[in-house]
Amino acid sequence: MRKIAIYGKGGIGKSTTTQNTVAALAEMGRNVMVVGCDPKADSTRLLLNGLAQKTVLDTLRTEGEDLDLEDVVKVGFKGTRCVESGGPEPGVGCAGRGIITSINLLEQLGAFDPQYKLDFTFYDVLGDVVCGGFAMPIRDGKAEEIYIVCSGEMMAMYAANNICKGIRKFAEAGTVRLGGLICNSRKVDRESELIEALAAKLGTQMIHFVPRDNMVQRAEINKKTVIDFDSTVNQAEEYRKLARAMEANTKFVIPAPLEISELESLLMEFGIAD
Amino acid sequence: MRNEIELSVSGEQFREDVLESYSPKLAKKRKRQILVNQVGDNDEVPEILANTRTAPGILTMRGCAYAGCKGVVLGPTRDILQIVHGPVGCCFYAWLTRRNKTKPRTDEDANYMPYAMCTDLQEDEIVFGGEKKLMAAIEEAVALFHPKAIGIFATCPVGLIGDDVHAVARAAEAKYPDINIFGFSCEGYKGVSQSAGHHIANNKVFTDVVGQLDASPKGGKFRLNILGEYNIGGDAFEIERIAEGCGVTVHSTFSGNSVYEEFASAHTADLNVVMCHRSINYLAEMMEAKYGLPWFKVNFIGAEATARSFHKMAKFFDDSDLMEQTERFVEAELKEVEKVREEVRARCEGKTAMIFVGGSRAHHYQELLHEIGVLTIAAGYEFAHRDDYEGRKVLPNIVVDADSRNIEELTVTPDETRYNPRISEEERAEREAAGFTFSDYRGMMPEMPGGTLVIDDCNHYELEKLIEYYKPDLVCAGIKEKYIVQKQGIPMKQLHSYDYMGPFAGFKGAINFYREIDRLLNSNVFKFAKAPWDESPELTATYGYNN
Repeated sequence: MRKIAIYGKGGIGKSTTTQNTVAALAEMGRNVMVVGCDPKADSTRLLLNGLAQKTVLDTLRTEGEDLDLEDVVKVGFKGTRCVESGGPEPGVGCAGRGIITSINLLEQLGAFDPQYKLDFTFYDVLGDVVCGGFAMPIRDGKAEEIYIVCSGEMMAMYAANNICKGIRKFAEAGTVRLGGLICNSRKVDRESELIEALAAKLGTQMIHFVPRDNMVQRAEINKKTVIDFDSTVNQAEEYRKLARAMEANTKFVIPAPLEISELESLLMEFGIAD
Repeated sequence: MRNEIELSVSGEQFREDVLESYSPKLAKKRKRQILVNQVGDNDEVPEILANTRTAPGILTMRGCAYAGCKGVVLGPTRDILQIVHGPVGCCFYAWLTRRNKTKPRTDEDANYMPYAMCTDLQEDEIVFGGEKKLMAAIEEAVALFHPKAIGIFATCPVGLIGDDVHAVARAAEAKYPDINIFGFSCEGYKGVSQSAGHHIANNKVFTDVVGQLDASPKGGKFRLNILGEYNIGGDAFEIERIAEGCGVTVHSTFSGNSVYEEFASAHTADLNVVMCHRSINYLAEMMEAKYGLPWFKVNFIGAEATARSFHKMAKFFDDSDLMEQTERFVEAELKEVEKVREEVRARCEGKTAMIFVGGSRAHHYQELLHEIGVLTIAAGYEFAHRDDYEGRKVLPNIVVDADSRNIEELTVTPDETRYNPRISEEERAEREAAGFTFSDYRGMMPEMPGGTLVIDDCNHYELEKLIEYYKPDLVCAGIKEKYIVQKQGIPMKQLHSYDYMGPFAGFKGAINFYREIDRLLNSNVFKFAKAPWDESPELTATYGYNN
C-alpha cells in the first residue's frame, strides 16, 4: 500500500486535487482510501456526492469507545473508502490533537488492514504544517510520500517551502519522502517554468501541471469529481495523467528547503522577466 | 546570629568545583546563583540571581504556577469550593499534600477540603474544548453544595487549548448571582516557578474576594490578618492560640484555617502581618494601597521570633493593657519552651544543617534551629526573588524580566469610600523614626553568618555535592529531596509537609520541633542500617543465554 499525504497552502485546491486524482485511480481499478485531516471535514465531499460523512471524532463522542470501522468509513465513487477526522468548531479545543486521536483510532480499528487490499491511502491535510497534530500524517511512517499542491503565486510557494522544512525534519528521522510538487495553475505568468525551477531547487520534481479549467468548478457545484461529472472532458484527462504520474513515480527525496532570499530571487527571475 | 564561620572546604572552592561540570553558559548563570555570604554593616550582601528560569535538564526542586496558586495559596481555605479544570492527576496531586489543616466551627459549617473536585478532562475535551464540561461541573457542584464561592483553577492543557475559565466563571455567576465565582489563569507553565502562581492567586483574591463584605463577621478590639500562613500541621491553630492569649484577634489567616467571609471582610481589620513574604506580599501591598491597612513582616517559626512578633503587634496597637497581657502571656510560654530547649540544646549544639525550601521557610527555620545550637551552613529558596534574599531595600533595583512581565501587575488606587489609613503619615513617620518598621523584610542573607553558602534554585546534583563536601547532620527540604538524602544516611526533615508532624510554629510548635530534631540527630538508626552496597559493593550476574 502506498501511503500518500497531500499538503499545501490553505485554499490552494488540495481537497479538490486529491479527490479528482483519487477518482482517476479508482477508475483505473485501484483500491483507494482517503483520510481527510481537516476539522471542516470537506475532503471527501466530491467522492461521496455531498457532505454525508460522520467524522471519526464526532462518532467517538457519540458512540463512546465502542465503535466499529463501518461507523466512520463511507464507500464513495467506485469503491473509494472515505474517512473524515473532523474536529472542533473554529476557536475552541485543539484540532491538531484531534488529528492524532483520529489517526490512532483508525489504526486500532484496522482501517489499513490487508483485507481491504488498499493500493493507496491518501491523507488530505489542512493548510500549512501548523503544529504537531497536523504533522501527524508524516510522523512515524503513517504517510511515506508527500505531494505538495502549489501554484506560481508567491504565498503558495512560500508555504510549499515551509512544508518542506517540516518534511525534512521528519524525513531525517524516518521514512517519509517528498514525491513532488503538483502545480494547480492560477494562470500566473510562466507558472510551469517557475514551479519546475522551484522543484529543482528543492531537489524534487513538478509531477504534473494541472491547468485551470472551469469544469472543476462545475463538477464541484454538482458535488462530483470531474471524472464522475463528465469523464470525457479534457480536465478529466489531466487528472488521469496526474494519477498515472503518481503511480509511476519513483523519485522520492528529502527536500532541501530554500532560504527566503533564494525564494525571492527565484520569483524575481521569473516574475519580472518581461 | 551575625558572625563569620569557616567551612571545612571554602564556599568558593565548592562553587568552583560544582560549576566545572556545567556547560560554560550554565556555569555563568549558576555562578550568580551560588554565593558565599558576606554581610556588611548596613546589611549589604552580595547580589544574587533569583527568580530566573531553570536550565532544562536540571533536576530542580521547584514546582509550577498551578502548584503555587491552587496547592499553596488557595488550597488551605475550606469553604471556597475549588474546581480544578484539567486532567485528574493535576487535581489529585495538589490536594492536601501540604497537610493544611482546617477546623470548622460547627458540624454544619461548610468544609470542602476533604473533596478533590475536577473536570477530569479527557482527550475528547482537549480536542473539542472543555468549557461546557467546566460549566457542567459548576452546575453539579452548586446542586450538591451550594457554596458561597467557587474558585476555578486552570491547568496546562486548558491554557494550550484556549478554554476561557474567566468567561465560564462570568456565565456561571450570571446563573447563580448569590455565589461568587472566579477563575485563576494559573496554568502550570506560567512563570519560572510556583512564585508566578502565588502572584496570580493574590491578584484574583484581591480583585474578586477581599472587599466583598463590609460587615465583619468577627468582633475584637485589636483585629489583624495574618498573611502567608498556611496551617501546615496545625501551625495556624497554635498562632491563633497565642493571639488569643495575648489579646489580639486574628480576623483572617490567608489562608490556613480560613473561610470565605473572613477573606471578603479582611479589609475591615486594622493590620496585616506577613509571614511568608514571597507568596503574599502582593496582597499586603495592594490592601494598603486600596484600604489603608499597614503591614509588617512577622515570623512565628522560633520561640524568640514568635515572642518578638507578638510584642511588635502589641506595640503597633499602642495599648498598654494589650502590651502588658502580651508580655505576661509570652513570658509564661517562653518559660515552658526554655525547659525543653536547654535539654535538647545540650545534645544538638554544634551540629550543622542545610535548608532548601520555599520562599521564606529556608530563612525562618534557621532561627528555630539556631535556638538549639544547630548552625545552618547552606540555605536557599526554590522560588524566591532577590528581595527575599537581600531584603526589600533592593526592590528598586530589581530588573523585571519578560517572564515576570507575563504575570499581571495590578495598578491599585485608594478606594473612593473605604480607603482609611489606620495610622496617619505623620504618625507613621514618627514611629519609624523611633525604630518601628513597616512594609519591611530584611531578607535571609543579612541574618546568615558570613562564609555560609546561599544557593538559589538548588538542584539534586548540587545537593549531592553539598552532602559529599560538608556532611551535614541534617537536611531540610521537600519530598523530591527526601530519599536521596536519607539514602546517604543523613536525617532529613520535610519542611513542606512536616512529615506527618506539627505544629512547628509558635511556642508549642518550637517544642515539637526541638524534640523532633533531637530525635533525628541523636537517633542511631542510620548507624545500624547497612546499605546492601556497603556490604557487597558490586552485584554480579551472568546472562542466562551465555550458559
